[in-house]
Amino acid sequence: MERRNFLNVTLGALALAVVPASVKAEDYRTTKPAVWSAHTVDDAIKAMYGSTTLILEGVSLTAPDVASNGGAIPVDFSTDLDIKSIALYQDANPEAAVCAYTINKYSINKYSVKIKMGKSGTITIVAEGNDGKLYAAKKTLDVALGGCEG
Amino acid sequence: MKVKAKLKNGVIKVKAMAKHDMTTFNMMEKKTGNREDANFITHITGTINGETVLDLSTSQFLSKNPIFKFQIKGETFKKGDKLLINWVDRKGKTGKGKGKIK
Repeated sequence: MERRNFLNVTLGALALAVVPASVKAEDYRTTKPAVWSAHTVDDAIKAMYGSTTLILEGVSLTAPDVASNGGAIPVDFSTDLDIKSIALYQDANPEAAVCAYTINKYSINKYSVKIKMGKSGTITIVAEGNDGKLYAAKKTLDVALGGCEG
Repeated sequence: MKVKAKLKNGVIKVKAMAKHDMTTFNMMEKKTGNREDANFITHITGTINGETVLDLSTSQFLSKNPIFKFQIKGETFKKGDKLLINWVDRKGKTGKGKGKIK
């Protein structure tokens, strides 16, 4: 029994030791787990940055006005601001957070992803500035066919 | 995992696609009755010559077989360098892909 415990502990420690080495930068899923289970955009933003004061400028966001397929909605977003992270949230799904980029010194902050939305809703992009302020852009779109069921 | 990287005017434009079902909690509850069967990519990293160029935490709301594009400052890298992208999913499975910068 003791040996088994020892093994478990050792393996666990090994796994823990290996992960940060291969993933050098910040993994928000381990450092900020509350963000990913938050049900509203406000809660997720609060869990991520500790504040919900958004400045609606400096970030550009492009998404279709009407998405025919909610299973793959193209979203483009970019900013020229000096930031340390940029993340995507929406209010149509059970949880709010979709993805979060940690900026590195090689980043040009121009991204495209395809996301799922179960119904019509609003996408919010939040860029966390190095000045500590939160810059954001919002876009409300209609989803004709929800993407989270099938 | 497919990775395409193109260097032009000092900017590397990357287009990548991970092959993954990205199932959500609600989808799996409907399908198997167990929310915990949900599986999706949770973290993606990209490196060139050991330098981190992409660090992305993700949730179940990326599309199935998610396609993502991003850009990298190209001054320190050259054509022929390899961009490696690794992902890990909720169940701990990993996947990788690489693309030569063209």
